[in-house]
Amino acid sequence: MSAERVSVLKPGETYASATDQISALVLTEPTRRTWVLFFVTSAALAVVYLYAITAVFAIGVGLMGINIPVAWGWPLVNVVWWIGIGHAGTLISAILLLLRQPWRTSINRFAEAMTIFAAGIAGMFPFIHLGRPWYFYFLLPYPNTMTLWPQWRSPLVWDFFAISTYILVSILFWYQGLIPDLATLRDRARTRRTQLIYGFLALGWRGSIRHWRRYETVYLLLAGLATPLVVSVHSVISLDFAVTIVPGYHSTIFPPYFVAGALLSGFCMVITIAVPLRRAFRLEPYITERHFDVMAKVMLSAGMVVIYSYAVELFTAWYSGDPFERGMLVNRALGPHATLFWIMLAVNAGVLQLLWLKRVRTSIPMLFTLAIVINTAMWIERYVIVITSTQRDYMPSAWGTVSETHYDWALLLGSLGLFFFLMCLFIRFLPVISIHEVRELIHEQEEQRS
Amino acid sequence: MPTPVEIIQAWRERLARAEGAAYCDALQEAAGDRVLCGALQEVMPELAHVWQRRIDRRRLLQLLGASLAMSGAAGCSRAPREKLVPYTAMPEGLVPGIPQTWATALSRGGSYAHGVLVKTHMGRPIKVEGNPRHPASRGASDAFSQAAPLELFDPERSRACTRRGAIVSSSAVLRALAAVRDRWSARAGRGLAVLTGSTSSPTLQRQVHALKSQLPEARWYVHEPIDRSSVIEGAALAFGRPAEPIYDFTRARVVVALDADFLDAMPGHLSYARAFADARRALDRHDSVNRLYAAQSTATLVGARADHRLSVKATQVNGLARRLAVLLGVIDDGTSSHDQEHERWLRLAAADLQAHQGEALVLCGDHQPAAVHVLVHAINEKLGNFGRTIRLIDPVADASRSNGDLRALCARMAGGAVDALFMLDVNPVYSAQADLPFAELLSRVPFALHSGLYQDETAGASEWHVPAQHAFETWSDVRAFDGSASIVQPVIAPLYPGWSLPQWLALIMKGEPGDAMGIVRGTWRALWAPARDRDFERRWHESLASGVVDKSQSASLTTALDRNWQAHVQRSVPSEGLELRFTADASVWDGRYANSAWLQELPRPLTSLTWGNALLISSALARELRVVNGDHVSVEHAGHELTAPVWIMPTDYPRHTLTLALGYGRTRAGEIGTDVGVSAYRLRTSAAPWLGTNVKVRAVEGHSALAAVQLHHEMHGRDLARQMTLDGFTAGARASHSEGNRLPSLYPEIDRHGRYAWGMTIDLNACIGCGVCTIACQAENNIPAVGKAQVLLGREMHWIRVDSNRVGDRGEETVFQPVPCMQCERAPCEYVCPVEASVHDSEGLNVQVYNRCIGTRDCSQNCPYKVRRFNWLDYNGYEREQPLAAPAAVMNPDVTVRSRGVMEKCTYCVQRISRARIQSKIEERTIREEEVIPACAAACPSHAIVFGDLLQSDQEIHRWRGSARHYVLLEELGTRPRTTYLAALRNSKPLDDETLKS
Repeated sequence: MSAERVSVLKPGETYASATDQISALVLTEPTRRTWVLFFVTSAALAVVYLYAITAVFAIGVGLMGINIPVAWGWPLVNVVWWIGIGHAGTLISAILLLLRQPWRTSINRFAEAMTIFAAGIAGMFPFIHLGRPWYFYFLLPYPNTMTLWPQWRSPLVWDFFAISTYILVSILFWYQGLIPDLATLRDRARTRRTQLIYGFLALGWRGSIRHWRRYETVYLLLAGLATPLVVSVHSVISLDFAVTIVPGYHSTIFPPYFVAGALLSGFCMVITIAVPLRRAFRLEPYITERHFDVMAKVMLSAGMVVIYSYAVELFTAWYSGDPFERGMLVNRALGPHATLFWIMLAVNAGVLQLLWLKRVRTSIPMLFTLAIVINTAMWIERYVIVITSTQRDYMPSAWGTVSETHYDWALLLGSLGLFFFLMCLFIRFLPVISIHEVRELIHEQEEQRS
Repeated sequence: MPTPVEIIQAWRERLARAEGAAYCDALQEAAGDRVLCGALQEVMPELAHVWQRRIDRRRLLQLLGASLAMSGAAGCSRAPREKLVPYTAMPEGLVPGIPQTWATALSRGGSYAHGVLVKTHMGRPIKVEGNPRHPASRGASDAFSQAAPLELFDPERSRACTRRGAIVSSSAVLRALAAVRDRWSARAGRGLAVLTGSTSSPTLQRQVHALKSQLPEARWYVHEPIDRSSVIEGAALAFGRPAEPIYDFTRARVVVALDADFLDAMPGHLSYARAFADARRALDRHDSVNRLYAAQSTATLVGARADHRLSVKATQVNGLARRLAVLLGVIDDGTSSHDQEHERWLRLAAADLQAHQGEALVLCGDHQPAAVHVLVHAINEKLGNFGRTIRLIDPVADASRSNGDLRALCARMAGGAVDALFMLDVNPVYSAQADLPFAELLSRVPFALHSGLYQDETAGASEWHVPAQHAFETWSDVRAFDGSASIVQPVIAPLYPGWSLPQWLALIMKGEPGDAMGIVRGTWRALWAPARDRDFERRWHESLASGVVDKSQSASLTTALDRNWQAHVQRSVPSEGLELRFTADASVWDGRYANSAWLQELPRPLTSLTWGNALLISSALARELRVVNGDHVSVEHAGHELTAPVWIMPTDYPRHTLTLALGYGRTRAGEIGTDVGVSAYRLRTSAAPWLGTNVKVRAVEGHSALAAVQLHHEMHGRDLARQMTLDGFTAGARASHSEGNRLPSLYPEIDRHGRYAWGMTIDLNACIGCGVCTIACQAENNIPAVGKAQVLLGREMHWIRVDSNRVGDRGEETVFQPVPCMQCERAPCEYVCPVEASVHDSEGLNVQVYNRCIGTRDCSQNCPYKVRRFNWLDYNGYEREQPLAAPAAVMNPDVTVRSRGVMEKCTYCVQRISRARIQSKIEERTIREEEVIPACAAACPSHAIVFGDLLQSDQEIHRWRGSARHYVLLEELGTRPRTTYLAALRNSKPLDDETLKS
């Protein structure tokens, strides 16, 4: 047990060295060329995103590849995918905090940032998807002259509340964790302007015992609040599908299936970000191979739940004898998007098994590649669920499919651009690793040594 | 020495001819011309000071301002000369907001009319219904009449007279006309030629007669791309006089259709469809059901509904008729070399015919050569069907006074004998057969005038063009397939200047158009020969009010077969190689309706193609050519070649036949109709206008995306469109899998406290798959057309679609299934809508609140029937101009026009229910059955849709629902639809070896 704890940090780190190195990333380090390259590229993509959104709002959702019967297209795929990515952060920070997993410390900060950005982007897609987004407030239970409330039986209303609650709690949780570090930055800032800005953001943190006591209490409470949300938000999103009568949507396995899928793709994204971050800012002492090993194990376990869900879907379709369920599966396996289905299976059920090997789990390049491949396959999985189900449902005469347009691509790639754009800003202006928690870890380490 | 007035006139004409820079030059020249200035001074001395004064700055500005103001004033037309009625005196019966209905008649193509009722809102015609009192309609209507209001308000209709494309006033046309009139009047009409479509109008017939007696040398030619000449010729050969047969399907127990599409292509098809459907309605298992044998040379609706179908080459039909005649003992001619399948089909048919003498009917297609018609007449005669299921009348569209068709005209033009050619309501430059160099000959005619609704191909090739008047704008008269006459009355004042067909004849004869109503009244005054003026007025008004002239049906001819009829029977050998069938198109007919977005987007029966035609080929031929749908092939026939995309038909399509619909490939149809599809006229020859033999086809480079709305016709073992055998039905089988169409449910029954419970039932046994319901719904409910690109994406907006489902062991039988909203009692769309835009009303309607809809589309995702339609883009042109958006004038004011981002679907025509409800409340009674008929049910030719209140047990819908054929679509989902179905029936003759051997 103790050996494990030790390996979370490189030995030899002190309070000062950790504080110096992490705060320097924000305060003193010159802007690196790799960062600029990333920043400019992602900013350009974010502009594409802005353009695509503007066009869709101004001209109509018809710009995207959707029709009858496939009335839900890429925006819905993106919602599910992005909200999935937004899962890992809260899991790491909240659930692992409650489970007292020390390895969360080095990665929780940027994982939380990732969560907020991903959930925010996910939250935008339902509006892009709406036919008349300017009336989105009809979803709110506000008092009106028609005395009309939303349809509480509709999962889309649950969705609205689930996503907004999730984003709100995630932001609170993240910001609260940032406060002591913002104070550190304030104290170390060299210019008046940075002092003022970080000072304002630190909300008067002085590091007194009373502050710390309240901090710890609230942090724990928020963790407790966030924990059920990790499970609930994606469960509710899965209900968008599960409560319908569409073969391929209508399935009771969906909530755990979606949560597991979310964890899988969320951890993929954490690894995708951690690897270049660690390399570029020399964070090897804080993000060690041990971290990657553990994250890979989480991926593997979540992935096994996903595979189980695939199996259950197959079994139910066969066992129910329902021609429509069977037809749905035949369509997935042999229909117009069969290639995607088989890629999904090959990667998520096949390639994922490589993670059983310790050699793979500890090899950074392999893990990085695997994370990207699996995350892509997870996007494809959502595509297969959302799009191929209504393609060929009950009445063959109404069957039809649709192919994506430039706007679909612009929105997907653009949202990735926006995500990395925000991550770049975060890396440059806020500490990517929680300084005070690393200090705590060093303290524990020293206590153990002594 | 010309007079001053003549000098000025000469200059005026010169200026009128000049354009652009030449016009400015001419003006300058005029200003410097002393002779002209002198003449002007003489004629208009009061203007002299204007040009003699030096023009200073102030004067110049005055003149500039004045000319600006005057040009504005010149844009206003004069008030019409007729008396204007101030609106303070309300037209009788007009209540703002309450539509008025007028009876008139429309004809498909040119001649065969059916009566319609035109609904006008504050003077705007917005919807057409069939006229129940008209024998050719019986309340039903066809797609073309449904699209007529859109055609009337088409912004691309020709709006002004033109000369070589430049706009001229109608008085300029009259002046030019006066000049040429002088020339032909002096020569008894020599050089004058009038070309019209075939016409059944008594007025026009009278006028042509008058024209010919006034100007004996004048020529009248008839050009109708889709005509019935071989029918009339066949009767002439068989009976010694031209005649047309009309059929009575209600009395025919056995029908043998030899390549005859009486449900769709034949005049009288609406009434035939109704009679045919009625003869096999069979709600009760003891009801009688007719049996249909159909041989088809292309995919037809009759073939799809047949109990016994045979796919053959068109040239084999003669052989079939001969063999049938032999089997029935009509003729005696030894052996027959038919293959086994044909022989079996023929023996079954012959045995059935034999057993039902006098209650049977044999008919063949209009396009079949006259010899086949002769044989069919002989068979009917032998079976004693004449006077029972078939009777002969004089040809409705009498062309006996004409000097021939386009071929004859071309010959005359080539001889230089045509000085003045009037092309009235025809488009021969487009629709001339490929071997007639009409366009070239036309350019040599000194005076060529075209009158038509559009600036079409012929308008472009003629010196003069005058807008024609729409059938809703003018007076005329027409006759139906059985000779019944209707008086066509205007329902709106003409939108653009122009003259109607009777006025044109008057113009040609007298030099002035006269009053169209007066001309038509003149005809009927002569025909009725009333004793008193009062009698005439009474009859005239009765005819106008009822939409059909009382007792105007043609009398049956009593003729016996000509003694020499056998001489006309031919022993034609089926052609080797491929055959090319030309067909009238279900949406554009011969091309004249090409500029209608509604019609272009209406899925063609069986193929479900929209926006264009394709060469229909068999799957076997497709394999040979290695082509898939949309690949281009080159078709060669009689030295003409055409590249067309292919559409592969199911296995039962005749293997060696290609089919190409006429009416596409227009080059000057308007923004909507131009360059849609390929023109079959380029392959059509005047020698064989309906069939090309020895056709060569080869695959070529190229591919066109073809916009079909139904991509899957197989049901994959799902029990959606159900069909029963008549034997099973008679034995007591039920179409439904559940007792009383109510599966048990875990959920509590929903109690709805409505005064009414609306429901709809659709009889799949009656549905002929024509698709009129779809376009009727479009016209009633302001449904936009979206264009080919959007249809290709799967975004057509029709609220009711007509599926053609392939059933049977080998998928060789077709069951049509119209699918509107099911109005589920437990609607899956309702609980998923987050904003309650999809809700239930107290009368059981599943309503869509457009104002509330935010477009999540969850309702459509959760709809198992996929009947909801979404406004993906601004199809109605709210935000920016849309070329396909229907003009505001044609919109039904009772129905919301939907914005983009809103879901919509069938409402059971809730606006009609509301109107009836209001009326019933005023009169303090319940709504009566006939008061609410949705647009689809009203238009349906075969009465396949019935609508009613489920709480009133005396309504027809209850009788339908009590039938053993009644079932619920996807009942196992527990959605409890209010729209239900009656299963189709197949009445196959039981196989018995005796029949086959004998």
